[in-house]
Amino acid sequence: MFPLREPYDVAQPPVSAAPVKLGRAIVVTSGKGGVGKTTTTANLGTALAKRGVSVALVDADVGLRNLDILLGLESRIRYHLLDVLEEKVELDDALVRDKHTPNLYLLAAAQSREKEEVDTESMRDLIEELRERFEYVLIDCPAGIEMGFKNAVVGAQEAIVVCTPEVSAVRDVDRVVGLLGNAFAPKLIINRVRPHLVHKGKMLSVEDVNSILRLPLLGVIADEPDVIVSTNKGEPLALRSDSQAAAAYHAIAARVAGEDVPAPMVEYKETFMDKLGSLLGGRR
Amino acid sequence: MTLNEVLTRLNRIFGRENSGATAKERLRLVLMSDHLSLAPDMIEQMKQDLVAVVSRYMEVDRDKIDVRFEHQDRVFAMLANVPIISVNRTPSPPMSRPRRRRRRKSTVQQDLQGTQSSSGTQPAAGTA
Repeated sequence: MFPLREPYDVAQPPVSAAPVKLGRAIVVTSGKGGVGKTTTTANLGTALAKRGVSVALVDADVGLRNLDILLGLESRIRYHLLDVLEEKVELDDALVRDKHTPNLYLLAAAQSREKEEVDTESMRDLIEELRERFEYVLIDCPAGIEMGFKNAVVGAQEAIVVCTPEVSAVRDVDRVVGLLGNAFAPKLIINRVRPHLVHKGKMLSVEDVNSILRLPLLGVIADEPDVIVSTNKGEPLALRSDSQAAAAYHAIAARVAGEDVPAPMVEYKETFMDKLGSLLGGRR
Repeated sequence: MTLNEVLTRLNRIFGRENSGATAKERLRLVLMSDHLSLAPDMIEQMKQDLVAVVSRYMEVDRDKIDVRFEHQDRVFAMLANVPIISVNRTPSPPMSRPRRRRRRKSTVQQDLQGTQSSSGTQPAAGTA
């Protein structure tokens, strides 16, 4: 249990005496909103940190801050990204230590500011500073392809694109991948797959999506009620061990870290009742 | 055959409307349209190539050529409207072949250098 008297916000990120090499800055993006970028960032960050590496999460969605909610850190945010970029506070003052996972830190977005207020050069420098101190820097990109997107990708070297099996989401990912170009080696997470619907031919399958996008697949996450529950509680699913989606996030984290494990997939096992139901229920 | 398998077959026989397939087809078409709208240089180049080929056989009104792309029922089509001024009695020699080879080579070299063909005279080889 988390002690009540934990000092608020006084983060002490790991400081290595000899700066070895820069960490990896990975932007999590999608183009379309609502496909699960923030959920993915929170869970992937948690899963990576649980592997024992240091991780900084940067919420680049200025004006629509949410990553703090998913991590359950909303009451601890005192300073934000723009405070640091505008040198009002030190980076250490704004980095909030996660309450569940050691080695995980959050730099929250500003809620009352606008994306256009972010200075692109300062953002690049900030991500580099974070890379000096953390092994992974995950940047939660806002929806869209305007200034917020540009500022979110400016400091990153790699990209993870999140897509759902919907025409609109795939189209937007296609556009974003075109904008990213070859430089970011984008890898794909397909989120919110409902194996039941795919089985019935009522949802684009993983193969359908990736026959069009043709990206290296990090993994597939099923649309599970647990995801909503974890959002309600502010406890990323990756903290748990009893959920399929949690296992998928851990496998994806392992793959991001370079481990040769299979990409998590979702499978549907049709039950007798399903078959009976679809026979009697007619065509929809 | 178990009852389970019987139901599988029956479901297959009665058929189910496959909106996933509809989604896939719509996606395929919309992405073609998107990719074309994002590559105006390529389309301009293709127009010029098209004119060059047609001009071997007939004189066309270059200013009034209209190339459009349209969703039609289940296909995405290119529609070219090329007004003809006169027809040649014999086709002019194919000019473009030897030149094209040289051009293609230079494009490949450019691709290897990792730069994109920027001038309008380069064929957009290598870009999907």
